[in-house]
Amino acid sequence: MSFTNNSASRTIQSRSAKERTLNTGFIVFSQIFAWSVAGTLIWLACLVGWQAIPAISKFGLGFVFTSSWNPPQESFGVWPEVYGTLASSFIALALSVPIGLGVAIFLSEDYLPTPVQRVLVFLVELLAAIPSVVFGLWGIFVLIPFLKELTPLKSPALLPAALVLGVMILPTITAISRDAMINVPQDLRQAAYGLGATRWETIIQILIPAASSGIIGGVMLALGRALGETMAVTMLIGNANQVSLSLFAPANSIAARLANQFAEASGLQVSALMYAALILFGLTLAINIIAQLLVTRLQKI
Amino acid sequence: MLSDNPDSAQSLWGINNDSLEYNPNSNRTRFGIFMTGLVSLFTAIAIIPLFVVLSYLIINGIEHISFNSFFELPPQALTQDPGGFGNALIGTLIMVGIGLALSVPIGIMAGIYLSEFSHPNIAYWLRFATNVLSGVPSIIVGTFAYGVLVVTFKSYSAWAGGFALAILMLPIIVRTTDEALQLISQDIRQASVGVGANDYQTVLQIVIPSAVPAIVTGVTLAVARAAGETAPLIYTAGFNQFWPDLKLQALSSQPIASLSVLIYQFGISPYENQQQLAWAASFILMILVMLSNIVARIATTKRNF
Repeated sequence: MSFTNNSASRTIQSRSAKERTLNTGFIVFSQIFAWSVAGTLIWLACLVGWQAIPAISKFGLGFVFTSSWNPPQESFGVWPEVYGTLASSFIALALSVPIGLGVAIFLSEDYLPTPVQRVLVFLVELLAAIPSVVFGLWGIFVLIPFLKELTPLKSPALLPAALVLGVMILPTITAISRDAMINVPQDLRQAAYGLGATRWETIIQILIPAASSGIIGGVMLALGRALGETMAVTMLIGNANQVSLSLFAPANSIAARLANQFAEASGLQVSALMYAALILFGLTLAINIIAQLLVTRLQKI
Repeated sequence: MLSDNPDSAQSLWGINNDSLEYNPNSNRTRFGIFMTGLVSLFTAIAIIPLFVVLSYLIINGIEHISFNSFFELPPQALTQDPGGFGNALIGTLIMVGIGLALSVPIGIMAGIYLSEFSHPNIAYWLRFATNVLSGVPSIIVGTFAYGVLVVTFKSYSAWAGGFALAILMLPIIVRTTDEALQLISQDIRQASVGVGANDYQTVLQIVIPSAVPAIVTGVTLAVARAAGETAPLIYTAGFNQFWPDLKLQALSSQPIASLSVLIYQFGISPYENQQQLAWAASFILMILVMLSNIVARIATTKRNF
C-alpha cells in the first residue's frame, strides 16, 4: 500500500485565499441576480405606480367608474375598459372552463393509449405557442367575416374577442387541470372502483373534488392571462368607448386602451394610461398570487 | 350493517342483486357513455382551432410570400408593390438577441442560486416572485420598459424593446434552470465535493454541464415566446419603414421594426398589399415559433409534457 503512504505523507493544504474569495464571490453574485428577479417585480410596481400619481391625485377612485376619455379637456375614466376587460374575460372563461376541464379529464384518465394521449397533449400545448397577434390577424380576416354571416355581428365586437380569448386560455386550463388530475393518488381511484362506483362517478365525486385546488388555480391563472391579453383583443374588440350589454357591440379593454393610445399620449394622458395600467397590474397580480398559492398547494399533496 | 336491514339498503342505494352485473341500460352506464362522448367532443373542439388557424396561415402565407419578401422593405400604402419584411426580420432578431444577452446570464445565475445555494424559505419566496413576474401581462411590461428606457432615451429604441423582451424571458429561464438543476442527482455533487472541488467548481464544471439540454430547452422556449410578443414592443420599439441602423448609438435612438408589430400594423391597415404582407410575415413568424417549440420539446426527453 505504498500509494496510501505517499498521499498521507503530503500535507493537506487549505484553500488559497484567492480561491475562497472566488467561491464566495460566485455565491454572492448568484444571490444578487436571484434577488434582482424579485427586485424587477417591485421596481415595475413602483415605477408604474409613481407615474400614475398625477392621475391618481386628480381623479381618485372615480377614475374606475367614469366613462369619458377626453384628452383635450383632460377628463379621463376607464369604466368602459374595465367593463370590457371583465366581460370578455368572463365570457372566455365560461367557454373554456368546461371544455378545458373536459379535455383534461379525457387526456388524464386512460381513455386513450398513451402515445395518442401524448400527441393530443402536445397539440393542445402547441395552441399556446401561437402568438397572440397571429390570432388577431386570423380573427380579423377569418373569424369576423364568418360570424358576420351567422350572427347580427356588423363590426369588430365583444363576441369575436371573447371567442379568441377563450381559445387562447384553453391550454392553460387544460395543462394545469390535467396535472392536478394526474397527481390525485391512484389509491383514491381504486378505492372508488372497489366500492362499485363507475368511472364517471369516480371522476365527478372523487377526482374533481380531490384535484379542485389545482383546477381552481389553473382557472385563476387563465383568468389572469385573459385580463392582460392585449393583441388579439385590441384587433378584435372594436375599441369603442362605450358600455353595451350586447355581445355584438364594439367594446374596449384596458390592455387595448394602452396599446392604442400610449404611443400618441402626452402629459396627463400618459399618467391616466399609467393609472389604467396600474389597475390592470393590481388586478392580475391579485389573481396570480391566489392562483400561485393554490397551485403550490397542489404540488405539496 | 347492510345485512341487518337489506330492505333499507336497497331503497337507499336503489340496487338489487342484478345490479352487480353490468347493465347497459342503467342510468349510470348511460350517463358514463354520454359524458365520455361529451369530453371526446370537447377534445376535438379544443384541437380544431389549432388546425384552422394553421391552415389559414399556410394557405394565405404561401400565397403571398416570395423570395424577395425576405430582402425588401415594407410596401407603402396605395401601391401595387408587394414589398417584404426584411427590416422587420432583422429587427426581431436584434431585439430577441438583446433580450437573450440580458436574460440568459441573470436567469441562469438566479436559477443556480435557487437550486444550489439558497435557504428553502428564501427559495420559496423567490420562486413565488418569479412565477408572479411571469404572470404580469406583457403590455404592463411594455409600460415598464417605456418608463425606464423610452423616457430616458426620449425615443423608441431597440434597447427598450429588447429590455422588455428580456423581462418576459427572465422568469422562463430562471424556472427551467432551477428545475433542471434540481433533477441532477445529489450523488454527483457529493462526488465532486469529495474529490476536493469547491462550490463554484462543482456548479460550473459538474452540475451545469449535466443540465445543459434542459437549460437550452428553456432558453429556446423563451425565444419562441419573445419572438411572438407584440404588446411590449408597440411603444418601446415602435415601428420603422426603413432598414435598421446597426451602429450602437442608433440602437438607442431610433425606432426599429419587428415582425410582430408589422403584423399588427399591416393587419389593421385598410390596404390590400399591406394586409397580404401581414399574412406572409405571420407565416414566417409562425414557422420560427413552431420550430423552436417542437425542437425544444423533442430535445428533452426528461420532461413530460
